[in-house]
Amino acid sequence: MTAAVFFGCAFIAFGPALALYIFTIATEPLRVIFLIIGAFFWLVSLLFSSLFWFVARTITANKDGPIQKYLLILGVLVSVLIQELFRFVYYKLLKKASEGLKSINPDETTPSMRLLAYVSGLGFGIMSGVFAFVNTLSDSLGPGTVGIHGDSPQFFLNSAFMTLVIILLHVFWGIIFFDGCEKKKWSALLIVLLTHLLVSALGKSQI
Amino acid sequence: MLTFMASDSEEEVCDERTSLMSAESPPPRCCQEARQGLEDGENAAQWMPWPPGTRASGPQPAGWSFRLESTTQTAHVHFHDTRARRRRAHRGRSLWPSPCGFPQRSQDSEEDFEDDADHYVCGGVPGQPSGLEEELTLKYGAKHVIMLFVPVTLCMIVVVATIKSVRFYTEKNGQLPYGAGREQSLQPAISLSIYTPFTEDTPSVGQRLLNSVLNTLIMISVIVAMTIFLVVLYKYRCYKFIHGWLIMSSLMLLFLFTYIYLGEVLKTYNVAMDYPTLFLTVWNFGAVGMVCIHWKGPLVLQQAYLIMISALMALVFIKYLPEWSAWVILGAISVYDLVAVLCPKGPLRMLVETAQERNEPIFPALIYSSAMVWTVGMAKLDPSSQGALQLPYDPEMEDSYDSFGEPSYPEVFEPPLPGYPGDELEEEEERGVKLGLGDFIFYSVLVGKAAATGSGDWNTTLACFVAILIGLCLTLLLLAVFKKALPALPISITFGLIFYFSTDNLVRPFMDTLASHQLYI
Repeated sequence: MTAAVFFGCAFIAFGPALALYIFTIATEPLRVIFLIIGAFFWLVSLLFSSLFWFVARTITANKDGPIQKYLLILGVLVSVLIQELFRFVYYKLLKKASEGLKSINPDETTPSMRLLAYVSGLGFGIMSGVFAFVNTLSDSLGPGTVGIHGDSPQFFLNSAFMTLVIILLHVFWGIIFFDGCEKKKWSALLIVLLTHLLVSALGKSQI
Repeated sequence: MLTFMASDSEEEVCDERTSLMSAESPPPRCCQEARQGLEDGENAAQWMPWPPGTRASGPQPAGWSFRLESTTQTAHVHFHDTRARRRRAHRGRSLWPSPCGFPQRSQDSEEDFEDDADHYVCGGVPGQPSGLEEELTLKYGAKHVIMLFVPVTLCMIVVVATIKSVRFYTEKNGQLPYGAGREQSLQPAISLSIYTPFTEDTPSVGQRLLNSVLNTLIMISVIVAMTIFLVVLYKYRCYKFIHGWLIMSSLMLLFLFTYIYLGEVLKTYNVAMDYPTLFLTVWNFGAVGMVCIHWKGPLVLQQAYLIMISALMALVFIKYLPEWSAWVILGAISVYDLVAVLCPKGPLRMLVETAQERNEPIFPALIYSSAMVWTVGMAKLDPSSQGALQLPYDPEMEDSYDSFGEPSYPEVFEPPLPGYPGDELEEEEERGVKLGLGDFIFYSVLVGKAAATGSGDWNTTLACFVAILIGLCLTLLLLAVFKKALPALPISITFGLIFYFSTDNLVRPFMDTLASHQLYI
């Protein structure tokens, strides 16, 4: 029973990302490298957001109560901002790298910016999804299940679908963001930021 | 006593391995003969085809020659053009002065964690436009990075899977419920505790920290001593001794540690196995492993064995090094690697220079090699024939260190055609990357410790994994930029340590709180 939940939720959450990886990225080594660098950038952004939240928590001296809830919300908002900032930083890095690659070998096909946008979005998404879900997933394999204290028994399924959504959204955000940066359409960046905040804010009803 | 032997083998086995090197496909047979000086004229004609007047002496590799040196071994990543390789008649592990003027050396790991032979591979083809070379090397640069990512990832996966499922490797000594296991576990513990005598069971934090630092100092000085010993051995040409040492240590790994590992896995899953079956299995596994690693075998099988023994070694370290000492040792070994490789008086550098002077491969090594595509031809006789061939082992042509060099990787040969610029698109690229097993081991120790000591947290493990891969990427990039030897361990281990401690203390509470509220950022 727990194995069924584990595998089911794992494939719901990571199946599409895995398929995308296998069919589009795994064949080209350069894309794999950019994917991993993207994942690393997301990781660093998470590090900074956690640092912020940690510092905020120690400042408020870890008091329990509504302040923790507000701190969490603030932490989420700041985290979204930092993630988008790091997406921008990654865009700048990729721009420099692809210019460098072009200058070295002009007739070789270097990946286009659109492809790099997709790869970076997938990198961000995979890392984000994995970090969000993998602990829950490993708990689902263990003895017992969720719901004994009145929590929803659909906790795992919910989380799995939400993770899937987040991964795909990061891919789309990556593409839109890079496109906006390329064409200097700053409205696109704003839309990405706002939708990201919106998606994260949707979870607030759960607190 | 078995313990001391075990400890010796542990130590020795570890030594070989931290090097990152690139290997070209082994040269065709004629190159071997040429190396023996038998048919220099013909071979030279065959493999030095560039038109007269081109600079053949300038030591400008058109390709990038990276040499990463880690604590114990210098790692050398070298990307170069096939044509360059074809021109160089060399054995993969031989020191053969290539036409472009670089001595090629294989970097082999030593028994101790210390030095290895450095492998300097001549890169590039003189006479070619440099942009062309760079193009080709860049194209294959990414492939080489991936060729390193895959085995490192596999080794880490094996280690993490074992840590998470088999309790044995996370239990501290003396807590084992089984009597037999207790004996087995105590023996390597006793041997390793010689290297880490200061206990970490102290009441105060300061005392514990001090003890870990002292343990680290002892461990590192053992490593330094062994490195210097190895350099001395090499200087005085005691190749048989080194070879025997290497054989002994891989014997220990392939038989004893596999037996213990298999026993623990069977216990975890409560699978019964009778002794005859067990011995048959372990015997076959070990014997094939010895053949593959030290003699000849299919490349994939050899790679798999090397990954497995690195994982086994890493598991031993994870189990028997005390908690804090392990982290301090990881940090210290990266610093030592940096120093040993970059300082002019560093033992690794001295080893390399000695090997360079002698124009010979340094040590038999346990090095992971991942040669890629290959085409094989009968070198002198039929340059046009291509096909998959294993070069027949030619006993009369080897001297003692050739036989060391032989086993590490299967022979892959390039057609010794005279190269001309138009050919490159038709030829298969034969590039290989060699990575010393010490790097595998220390990367896996870091990730395994993250998996073992985090409170069942997967985020920490994954963060360390990504950090190590990024460190590896960066190191290769730095090599491309600086074009000289760089140590392989420091960047990855530093990133790994930073990410371990920060993820464990900062990110984990944040992510746990978010996950429990089903908030997605």
